[in-house]
Amino acid sequence: MLGKLSWDAIPYDQPIPMAASSVVALVIIGVLGWVTVKGYVPYLWKEWITSVDHKRIGVMYCFLALVMLLRGFSDAIMMRSQQALAFRSPGYLPPEHYDQIFSAHGTLMIFFVAMPFVIGLMNFAVPLQLGARDVAFPTLNSVGFWLTATGALLVNVSLVVGEFARTGWLPYPPLSELQYSPGVGVDYYLWALEISGVGTLISGVNLVTTVLKIHAPGMTYMRMPMFCWTTLAANLLIVAAFPILTATLAMLLLDRYLGFHFFTNEAGGNMMMFMNLIWAWGHPEVYILILPAFGVFSEVVSTFARKPLFGYRSMVMATMVICLLSFTVWLHHFFTMGAGADVNAIFGIMSMIIAVPTGVKVFNWLFTLYGGRIEFSTPLLWSLGFMVTFVVGGMTGVLLAVPPADFVLHNSLFLVAHFHNVIIGGVLFGAFAGYNYWFPKAFGFRLHEGLGKAAFWCWLVGFYVAFMPLYVLGLMGMTRRMQHYDVPAWHPWLLVAAFGAAIITVAIGLQVAQLVVSIRRREELRDLTGDPWNGRSLEWATPSPPPAFNYAVLPTIEGEEAYWDIKQRAFERLQLRDEPEYREIEMPKNSPTGFVCAFFASFMGFALIWHIWWLVGVAAFGAFATFVVFAWRDEDEYIIPADEVARIDRANRASRRAVLEQMRTAAR
Amino acid sequence: MPAEPAGPPRRALVLLAPLALAACQPAVLDPQGSVGIAEKTILIDSLAIMLAIVVPTVAATFGFAWWFRASNTRARYMPHFGYSGALELLVWSVPLLTILLLGGVAWIGSHDLDPAKPLPSSAPPLEVQGVSLDWKWLFIYPDQGVASVNELVIPAGIPVHFSLTSASVMNAFFIPQLGSMIYTMNGMTSQLNLVADNPGEFLGLSSHYSGDGFSDMHFDVRAVPAARFEDWVNATRGKGESLDPGTYTSLARQSIDVRPFTYREVDPQLYQMIVTQKLPPGPGPETGQPDRTVSPRTEK
Amino acid sequence: MSGAAATDPHRLGRSSGHRHAASEHAAGGLHAKRIITGYGFWIFLLSDIIMFSGFFAAYAVLSGNTADGPSGKDLFDLRNVAIETACLLFSSFTCGIGGIGAHTRRGLWFYGAMTVTFLFGAAFLALEIHEFADLVARGAGPTRSAFLSAFFTLVGCHGLHVTAGLLWLLTMMAQVFAKGYRADILRRILCFSLFWHALDIIWVALFTVVYLMGAGQ
Repeated sequence: MLGKLSWDAIPYDQPIPMAASSVVALVIIGVLGWVTVKGYVPYLWKEWITSVDHKRIGVMYCFLALVMLLRGFSDAIMMRSQQALAFRSPGYLPPEHYDQIFSAHGTLMIFFVAMPFVIGLMNFAVPLQLGARDVAFPTLNSVGFWLTATGALLVNVSLVVGEFARTGWLPYPPLSELQYSPGVGVDYYLWALEISGVGTLISGVNLVTTVLKIHAPGMTYMRMPMFCWTTLAANLLIVAAFPILTATLAMLLLDRYLGFHFFTNEAGGNMMMFMNLIWAWGHPEVYILILPAFGVFSEVVSTFARKPLFGYRSMVMATMVICLLSFTVWLHHFFTMGAGADVNAIFGIMSMIIAVPTGVKVFNWLFTLYGGRIEFSTPLLWSLGFMVTFVVGGMTGVLLAVPPADFVLHNSLFLVAHFHNVIIGGVLFGAFAGYNYWFPKAFGFRLHEGLGKAAFWCWLVGFYVAFMPLYVLGLMGMTRRMQHYDVPAWHPWLLVAAFGAAIITVAIGLQVAQLVVSIRRREELRDLTGDPWNGRSLEWATPSPPPAFNYAVLPTIEGEEAYWDIKQRAFERLQLRDEPEYREIEMPKNSPTGFVCAFFASFMGFALIWHIWWLVGVAAFGAFATFVVFAWRDEDEYIIPADEVARIDRANRASRRAVLEQMRTAAR
Repeated sequence: MPAEPAGPPRRALVLLAPLALAACQPAVLDPQGSVGIAEKTILIDSLAIMLAIVVPTVAATFGFAWWFRASNTRARYMPHFGYSGALELLVWSVPLLTILLLGGVAWIGSHDLDPAKPLPSSAPPLEVQGVSLDWKWLFIYPDQGVASVNELVIPAGIPVHFSLTSASVMNAFFIPQLGSMIYTMNGMTSQLNLVADNPGEFLGLSSHYSGDGFSDMHFDVRAVPAARFEDWVNATRGKGESLDPGTYTSLARQSIDVRPFTYREVDPQLYQMIVTQKLPPGPGPETGQPDRTVSPRTEK
Repeated sequence: MSGAAATDPHRLGRSSGHRHAASEHAAGGLHAKRIITGYGFWIFLLSDIIMFSGFFAAYAVLSGNTADGPSGKDLFDLRNVAIETACLLFSSFTCGIGGIGAHTRRGLWFYGAMTVTFLFGAAFLALEIHEFADLVARGAGPTRSAFLSAFFTLVGCHGLHVTAGLLWLLTMMAQVFAKGYRADILRRILCFSLFWHALDIIWVALFTVVYLMGAGQ
């Protein structure tokens, strides 16, 4: 009836996961209770859970990412403290627990923090920047989000019911095969990623179509803001790379569930194929994460330097070159497999070539700063922190791309330091920059600047204190994923690294405080203009938060910096454009399809993990029925009357006119 | 508010790092064999080439950000400066030239230091067959007919040719002070050539995560003068068990933190039998409990 | 931007002027919606083809790893496969006719052609299941060797797509029956035709790489 599931699956005798999961359960029950008592459930259901508005979905993606960041970071704290303690000692985490923690940390941080964060920012900002009313496939967008949430849910359920993978964040066979990992951990990993992978793919198809097909009049490709270009590149990579992940994980699933021999030791299986396939996805994945971050930095640097982005065409070209080249370098993840000198050298050189367009981007940001009038706001601080940190990470990356250097540094803590250097210093800093930058657009009030800056400095210092020692440890021959060690020279460096993690804890605490304080003081931080940063791209032309339809009348774009041009014209004439003729607008109706579909997907995933076959059938039928019901509905759009559109837009125009009045007064 | 772009703690750390490096002699930067020395040279050279552009870039970031701060009235504001052909040429050519140089280093280095390439030496290399097991290392000396577990004794100054495989899951064979690591995989042999220039004791380890016992999968490497190596072989022949398919099968079972020991003789076909899977891959976790699929606790 | 011209007289850094003004109803209108849906579905199909290329790659790597078991030459019955191919290609043709029937709102053509499509698709599937059952009965199931694992996965994945397609086709016919030729339903029929044709393209590759090359070795 319940497959492999029994009460034994709950680790009663392990205090750490039990304590952690009880805390999480209490928090969840508390929040749910509070929401119910306060009567927020109908609001949440109507305005958020069933929303197909790209802005709401974007915000929910970012929220998911922030919550999962807390979970992934608590794993990081446990790892750092374990390694700080485990010199000639078993520490406090036994191997079978420690191994789950580093696997869960990597999986969560990549798939459920970095991915949703960048997808959330893209979902939120890109249609606004393009001057579009919505994305190409609003309901599918919601399905994509909720399937991602399903994946995150499954990974977290593994904390309490059963176990998570003990194979690392990429389950290399044969360790991940049934023979060597008989538990359900790898199955949790595989089904969580298969399901969330479908969500990611949907999101990729949606955003590619949106960027390529839905623009305001005059928004030609070469006028799109940089963030739209990097979004296009990242989502093209999603569309081209995620199917490879789906296929590869499916092969491993077949090995584990049906006794196939793709990657087994026996019967002709080939484990090297897994490494090739997974990195054929994995390397583009790196660029799926970093390219949107590059886009954010381009927007932020240009906005706060009060200048157009330097070398826009160069930037576009560099982005697309990176997009293409990212598929040609996967082998550098396993130079030490013994592929031979020619193969290693060619892939090494290909990997270095990617550094060229990346270097171009860094220089272009530098020259965007040059001649600017720089305002050191929180988003810009994150960008500057990125520029300094990322070149260091890029440098160690190129170092690892030199095969003979990789022969002594591969799989060491040097490698760990390198990819944290680029993922924290690149992706996460970019996500935080975007979060601070677009927050006022999403909610109509700014985030607290002081706390934001404090969080930035703690993150920056904490990052260096936590990860520079890992570079040193890598050079000392310490390999990654060690549960304990006996080398005295390593110990002090690991203590320093743990101290760095403590500083980052403070940073994250400050970020939580920033959000809480900002919400409590939202009236002080309120932005009525819709353009708090004196922005240059189109999203700043709408009110904050933008109405469901984004633009009352689709703007006509006449230059590369769409809103800056509009503003300049208004400043020259000291008046706004004439009031347009308002028409009614059709918008897609909200739909619970995504949520219901993910509800069934969660049960299906859980049932597949525990071999509860009847539930698999029921859930699969439920998901199919959901789509049929969705397809059967007669009205998929609702109409916003012209009066309502006019009311909203007139308020927006009034706030802009007030700004102009100030300008005029100042000019006198 | 113009904030200072550089944090004092980071600067201090950057200054401290080289001192600390010199103090504790990191293994990779303190190589004891020609392979490791060559790799260290490539590491340092590549780093130097890149630092030549990274340092100015970081300095320029700080410099530009500071000088062009909004409050600095002496800085020239160029609100339309968005393109310069000369600068474009510069930003594309600087990384390109660096990569050309570095690509040359990578190409030559990959060929010179290919792990499978025999090392130049007048003496014939010592053959060692290494097998990664769950979770220990087995070293077979085919020409001497002895074997050891978690201990590798080699003659100093004489190249060693390793043939490496795995009895179960993937691992990587790595002696940081001697140079290159390489993966070990079941059903396959990886080739590796290393040499210890002088006598010494080094740490060897698995540098590819392989399961719960991974952290204890390290081994002692002792490079001894050639004469002492003969002594060791002779002493080893006089003690311990014999390694044949039977004893190998019990060795292949999962065990953690195995103290070094030796075998007095070895079935000459044993390594071939492991590589060709005539001896089946090592078993996975053995569980004393009826349902091993449930939770990690039951897999002890 | 007057100032840009001064520093960039040739406008190399940034483009200028109108290229092609997009339609005022960029995100609305039935016509645009049809194009957007079709476009998006094409992108999905490309990703699906990439997924298949993953399985093709695995098959190419593992096709020689028979673990002393049977190889393609011993197993493949080209006559059976030829019939399967004919079924699928013909169903694609009738699917096209059904699509035209839907757009011209001729019920007879739509239902008739789609029924034939379904029958040929089902026949294809029946033949494939028969082939699989036969192989398993002969001891050449997917667990026998890496080659057979890859074979069953690649061909089976295509078969699963066909199954999903048949389910979709039935749903679409029911929808047309219940709701008529509504614009959104016509869009879905367009997507279905694209899907069904894409399965043909994959089958042609599969037929060549797996069966023809496998049987010829």
